[in-house]
Amino acid sequence: MADILYFGRLGDVAGTGAEKLDIPATITDTAALRRWLDAEKSASGAFLEASVRLAVNSEIVVDPHPISPSDEIAFMPPVGGG
Amino acid sequence: MITLTPSPFSPSEALADFEKEARGAGAVVSFTGLVRDRAGDADVEGLHLQAYSPMTERGIEKAAADARKRWPLTALRIIHRTGNMGPFEPIVFVATASAHRRAAFEAADFLMDYLKTEAVFWKKELTKTGSRWIEPRAEDYSDSARWTQTNMETDRHARHK
Repeated sequence: MADILYFGRLGDVAGTGAEKLDIPATITDTAALRRWLDAEKSASGAFLEASVRLAVNSEIVVDPHPISPSDEIAFMPPVGGG
Repeated sequence: MITLTPSPFSPSEALADFEKEARGAGAVVSFTGLVRDRAGDADVEGLHLQAYSPMTERGIEKAAADARKRWPLTALRIIHRTGNMGPFEPIVFVATASAHRRAAFEAADFLMDYLKTEAVFWKKELTKTGSRWIEPRAEDYSDSARWTQTNMETDRHARHK
């Protein structure tokens, strides 16, 4: 099971901040994961936006980055604190 | 030192502690960011801040290390809230100490620009009419870009050495 985290506005789109998912064996990189989840969540492209970065096991990666079934994968819209 | 905290903190206590730690410095600069009670036409009822530990802490540690490389700081303190807070509550506290004021001012400014546009936080504003996620404004990004466009500060240090 992969741990998927949805931060910021993507938590509202996904309906949760975090969940464990069985990612299909055919999904082997972050670009494919974006497309699969966008369809699963009927997100109308929210997971495909270029401004949304992905982190695999706490490291920000560039698409397409390989993923394994037990990774922690975070969807990160533009950040900013203060 | 860097602290992320889900509990309210006192900037005046943080500053008093920092002044003790920085004793001997000729200049101490501190900045406190507070939750506004208005956003456009709406009354703000609260703010929710998400972080992604330990990525958030790692990023701030790196920005602090960059600031120390760039300016001759003798002490540095960052406190950032997470979770839910109300209007007028402190969100962020940054303090820097150096022998002279310019380095302390610039380093605090640099760190705040990092925290506004690059630190790993997500911010949601709650108003009477609903809630919305806030992303950095164009102005925040252009403020932050000042530190990469020029190496003025580094050059000045080089000249003084």
